[in-house]
Amino acid sequence: MAVFDSVTELLAYCGNTSLPLWEAVMRCSARESGISAEESWEKMRGRLLVMEQADASYEPALRSRSGLSGGDAEKMQRQFQSGGSISGDFIGQILSSALRMSECNACMRRIVAAPTAGSCGVIPAVLLPYARRFQTGEDELVKALYVAAGFGSVIASRASISGAEAGCQAEVGSASAMAAAALVYLHGGREEQMANAAAIALKNMMGLVCDPVAGLVEVPCVKRNAAGAMNALTAAELALAGIESRIPPDEVIDAMQAVGEMMPAALRETGEGGIAASPTAIKFRQDFFGA
Amino acid sequence: MDIFDLIGPIMVGPSSSHTAGAVRIGLVGRRLLGEDPVQAQLLLHGSFAATGRGHGTDRALVAGLLGLAPDDGRIPDSFQLAGEQGLSFCFGTVSLRSAHPNSVQLTLDGKSGRRLQMTAASIGGGRIQVRELDGMPLCFSAEQPTLIVKNEDQPGSVADVSRVLARLGINIATFQVNRNSRGGEAVMVIECDAPILEQTAEHIRRIPGILDAVSIKAV
Ligand code: SF4
Repeated sequence: MAVFDSVTELLAYCGNTSLPLWEAVMRCSARESGISAEESWEKMRGRLLVMEQADASYEPALRSRSGLSGGDAEKMQRQFQSGGSISGDFIGQILSSALRMSECNACMRRIVAAPTAGSCGVIPAVLLPYARRFQTGEDELVKALYVAAGFGSVIASRASISGAEAGCQAEVGSASAMAAAALVYLHGGREEQMANAAAIALKNMMGLVCDPVAGLVEVPCVKRNAAGAMNALTAAELALAGIESRIPPDEVIDAMQAVGEMMPAALRETGEGGIAASPTAIKFRQDFFGA
Repeated sequence: MDIFDLIGPIMVGPSSSHTAGAVRIGLVGRRLLGEDPVQAQLLLHGSFAATGRGHGTDRALVAGLLGLAPDDGRIPDSFQLAGEQGLSFCFGTVSLRSAHPNSVQLTLDGKSGRRLQMTAASIGGGRIQVRELDGMPLCFSAEQPTLIVKNEDQPGSVADVSRVLARLGINIATFQVNRNSRGGEAVMVIECDAPILEQTAEHIRRIPGILDAVSIKAV
């Protein structure tokens, strides 16, 4: 019951109706769920506000129940604020925002799943610093969220956004693709460029496994959100420069799903493979859970 | 998938299945009990038992029992809130036969003495399924307004209940009948499109052969 089953269809719809992509997504999804465009807008705006609140509510002293998460966003923040980071202020902000949101999630704060709780840091990590740097207004950010949702809904319809079904490529990978498209939108890119950015981002995360230590959404998830955000920026920059994905977006999404189906269960959120199967992870699990 | 499930839901972390789903299970238990619970026993099964503590599943379940929604910022403090609201609870583990890995068995006592036993599973993305109610196997998601009717297992009960619902103009989305193998009692689970009023449940309780009827809002 997705609004659009393919990126091709989404772009064609925008072409035929001359609606901007964000508006096509808003109108079609509102119609589908029987709400007005205004109600939809308010709901999406509410999501943006919760992202901003979560970002602002971060406390450096907060730790997760397991003790595995907390405090890293603060370290990242200090590093770039003191001028010590390699890539400067904007990138530093993206990295610390991603860690901040993911740590909020690990520490039982209120977040917006985007598309999942485990990958909730990626989209706000590119949107919020972008808005600060380019003085983007709230309306534009809400529209960017519709763009992200539009590509997310195609991914969910053709493939999956669940780590248990298709690995982390489907969670942080999808988040990264959604974020990349949103960034292209914010920076004035065309619809095709948004689609290319999403495809490039997804290709770069293809095959990423879901391997949470002790089954907790913390390690490697928190830091992976930082990588997903940077990957979104990479893909958006490439697409804005006019670089195209040689493989059409729909085929990339289908390939991601096929890879997910090939993944053994141990690499799909069971906490039995990948980094979760490392000796240190196993020892942690035994110490914390006694099993 | 609804776009607000892609940018959303708004929830308290860290896990849609182990935290948000757990809150919803608690909420459904509270609604089915129909009053404030004063005592709760919560037995965790499978992955809930193994990793629930790290995900705050315990706090999430208690939060739901207290009536908090999955996006309520007070979820991490639910144990303390329970103390203030007079709910005592205890946790244990259980191994349920052929149950979903994220399952919990709840036994709730309400303030007026009502008792409820329920087994429910968190099946991913914050969605849940109630799998057993007072020993009776059944299956519903609580995503729609739901009416649970217990009756003596005798001919005509289903027809009687449907007739009352039709007369009240209630559109039925799904209708399940579950029979206890030991005989004697049956449970109907009726999912509707529109909210079900308490009066409707009241009407149904008056039908001969009906032992109980509870309506709950979509959770
Ligand atoms: S590793 Fe698994 S649990 Fe963690 S963010 Fe990726 S998909 Fe989610």
